[in-house]
Amino acid sequence: MVQTDQSRIRNFCIIAHIDHGKSTLADRIIEKTGLLTEREMQAQVLDNMDLERERGITIKSQAVRIVYKAQDGEEYILNLIDTPGHVDFNYEVSRSLAACDGAVLVVDAAQGIEAQTLANVYLALDHDLDVFPVINKIDLPSAEPQRVKDEIEDVIGLEAQDAPLISAKNGIGIEEVLEQIVHKIPAPDGDPEAPLSALIFDSLYDSYKGVIIFCRLMDGRVKKGTTIRMMATGAEAEVVEVGYFGAGQFIPCDELSAGMVGYMTASIKNVKDTMVGDTVTDAARPCEAPLPGYKEVTPMVYCGMYPADGAKYPDLRDALEKLQLNDASLRYEPETSIALGFGFRCGFLGLLHLEIIQERLEREYNLDLVTTAPSVIYKVHKTNGEVIELTNPSNLPDPTEIDYMEEPVVSAEIMVTKEFVGSIMELCQERRGRYISMEYMEETRALLHYELPLNEIIYDFFDALKSRSRGYASFDYELKGYERSEMVKLDILINREEVDALSFIVHNESAYERGRKMCEKLKDEIPRHLFEIPIQAAVGGKIIARETVKAMRKDVLAKCYGGDITRKKKLLEKQKEGKKRMRQIGNVEIPQKAFMSVLKLDDK
Amino acid sequence: MKKALSVYIHIPFCLRKCLYCDFLSAPAGEQERDAYVRALCGEIRAEAEHYKEYMVTTVFLGGGTPSLLSGKQLARIFDVLREHYAFSGKPEITVEMNPGTITEEKLLHYAKSGVNRVSIGLQSADNTELARLGRIHTWEEFLAGYELCREVGFRNINVDLMSALPGQTFASYLETLRKVTALRPEHISAYSLIIEEGTPFYEMYAEEGEAALPDEETERAMYEETKRLLGDCGYRRYEISNYALPGYECAHNCVYWQRGDYVGFGLGAASMTGGRRWSNVRSLSDYMELPDGAKKTAFCTLSEDDQMEETMFLGLRMMRGVSEASFSYAFHRPLDAVYGKVIEKHCAQGLLTRENGAVRLTDRGIDVSNYVLADFLLGE
Repeated sequence: MVQTDQSRIRNFCIIAHIDHGKSTLADRIIEKTGLLTEREMQAQVLDNMDLERERGITIKSQAVRIVYKAQDGEEYILNLIDTPGHVDFNYEVSRSLAACDGAVLVVDAAQGIEAQTLANVYLALDHDLDVFPVINKIDLPSAEPQRVKDEIEDVIGLEAQDAPLISAKNGIGIEEVLEQIVHKIPAPDGDPEAPLSALIFDSLYDSYKGVIIFCRLMDGRVKKGTTIRMMATGAEAEVVEVGYFGAGQFIPCDELSAGMVGYMTASIKNVKDTMVGDTVTDAARPCEAPLPGYKEVTPMVYCGMYPADGAKYPDLRDALEKLQLNDASLRYEPETSIALGFGFRCGFLGLLHLEIIQERLEREYNLDLVTTAPSVIYKVHKTNGEVIELTNPSNLPDPTEIDYMEEPVVSAEIMVTKEFVGSIMELCQERRGRYISMEYMEETRALLHYELPLNEIIYDFFDALKSRSRGYASFDYELKGYERSEMVKLDILINREEVDALSFIVHNESAYERGRKMCEKLKDEIPRHLFEIPIQAAVGGKIIARETVKAMRKDVLAKCYGGDITRKKKLLEKQKEGKKRMRQIGNVEIPQKAFMSVLKLDDK
Repeated sequence: MKKALSVYIHIPFCLRKCLYCDFLSAPAGEQERDAYVRALCGEIRAEAEHYKEYMVTTVFLGGGTPSLLSGKQLARIFDVLREHYAFSGKPEITVEMNPGTITEEKLLHYAKSGVNRVSIGLQSADNTELARLGRIHTWEEFLAGYELCREVGFRNINVDLMSALPGQTFASYLETLRKVTALRPEHISAYSLIIEEGTPFYEMYAEEGEAALPDEETERAMYEETKRLLGDCGYRRYEISNYALPGYECAHNCVYWQRGDYVGFGLGAASMTGGRRWSNVRSLSDYMELPDGAKKTAFCTLSEDDQMEETMFLGLRMMRGVSEASFSYAFHRPLDAVYGKVIEKHCAQGLLTRENGAVRLTDRGIDVSNYVLADFLLGE
């Protein structure tokens, strides 16, 4: 059995701000090393899901092994671990980084350093990775490679003068990137004879093989027959297969040893047993301590998900079950709403994660969903000393039982050009932000530090940021903790009946504004009925805003000409079909999409 | 005894397309019209074998603008019809006319061909409103044409009116109603303008141009005034949008609402006989090229559910409503066995009423008839 000498292995990742060309560079590297013929290349090989390709983001971590013959005549094995590119998946990013020895930092030659560039670099440096920069998109007319090089040196303090100048899109300079990977990223230095310790950086569920663990071996060896133990979850299983990653396929091999990146299968039925960040060891000869950095990921955002057609409830349950096999951070538990019937309260890492799950449920499982307004988790301190973690506004105890409430707060970094600093600061103030500090990265750009309540940024903060900075601001955040805050529950009454699915928690001072917008929005969404329908927003039983849907005056078919009945019937059928997509609350029919309208209260 | 048959004949030509019109019609030259009449006569002849057991009780020539045809062209159509189909003793034979195309020569030909009812598309008595609609005629031209019809001897005339027109005011609409009722036509059709997708009006008024249309209050006032004024003048409302002096209800129209057998000839014309519906092809070139007996398409055999649905949503358009006895005769079960709950619901809301063995829409029910009628569709 021939083992690859660790000195010929390079484990690396590519880090970048969104849209700076991370996935394209990955594609070019894979292409360059001949792993796939050009015909087999589909743009962005590593982004497997349709959704990932469409949105141009990486959702799940992926890895690929590349064989590269360097200019020194030696063959190197390059393991590229692709990391998710969104703040929702920060923990996954950190575990992927921990599986690497170095990182290629891609910076856009025109845009320079952005908020995520910094956040990712700091994250990589925290994991003791050797980072070297690459300047991408040098073919753009607005490219300023020298300015960006200087910026990298000034702002981050990374040596950048010999950074490869490349265009991943046009395949320029890729060879140079590969050479620098070989020379600037250190080889792994684990001990193959030590007890097994392997870091799980991702896992996925396969209906034939069970859970496939993606891991980096720090020390030791693993092969078929080894009984492995997941140190955090305690799960044990016998290894059925080990191997490494081709492009888009699993290639079995005899053994994985220290320094290698690969996969193992062991007939494990649930990804919950193989949490990202956990350490895999040999049950017979365990390592002394797990690798550092493991934590259990917990959802930050919750919302209710209901099948549009109540009869599809079991289908939704099955679909969530299947998605959870692949996504350990997705939580769900059954709940009932008076308005929407049977559904689930689901927990997500963030709004993007929510949207992704929602889209996958609708696309891959063909479900029509009604989603309620996302909510963060509030801590409700009751007068009897009990503390509730509130994920569903409807469960808020009676105000008389509440001592005080706490809401989650994040530390945010916003990078913005000088001219927009004012409007961005204004936005942060409006969103109850607390100014911490501001520093100038260079003459024209500033980095703003704010603390913001999470519930102010989960809806549309990113869009607002973009629109108020003409697309130039970039943004990154992490959870800081909980703070005491004056929160109230805003209830919506339609035709004087409270609609539980429309309730949400809001800061006392924003209640009136939000209530007013909500009523306006609902007025547009709810069709006229035979009678007048008042729409009211209330806090603690007190009405704070009201709109009215006027009674329907007229609803008559057009002239029926020459006996063309079919057309008339189609019109009536359409009307009936429309009614079916409504939810009946008392004697008011509410369209499904009205329940999502809370999401789209314009930032104006 | 032969079964009754109504015949609809579609003339898809006009001088100029009105801006609100979404019917199958377009301007055409004399040659094209002549070729069409030839094809139409061929179709009427070829289809005759299917209607041996029928006799024609009503004929309606609609369009488009049937009065664009010359008297001779029209006479040819009727000659073929009379040659190949049996007629009842006193058939109702209607031709639609655009006020801009009425001539004495045509009217004389019509009368000779047996036409005994003319339907004139006036829409409004206000020339500015007419121009805005893209109509080709004025009030004065209508008046001349109307009088010509009377002179030639037509004793059954319908006038089409529209409310809720761009720029129309309550006062101008009232004026239209007064001017028209003063002429004492036997029948008045009064519709609210509906902005249909795909028409120039849709582009002009559906979204930002909405302000040019009368507001809801005005529109409702026009509607109420139509009912009141026409009623005061002796016109009886017998269908949602149709009013007639006693005895002058349009028999042809009633056939549609009461699901009598009818056959449509010409481009895109719809037919229903013996529980089957179909319609002719809608492309003029297809219509011209297909063999005489092969212009039919979109066949649909109506299930019992379909037939019950139609009985209700068509029948309820008539003010006399749907007779419980005729429903149970047609479907071998009481009306309540199928629609009991729906009827009860709408009676409770004051939209339907039930008396003398019939179910009918109330005034309020007529206002929101779509809302009520949609509930009579069966199945999921």
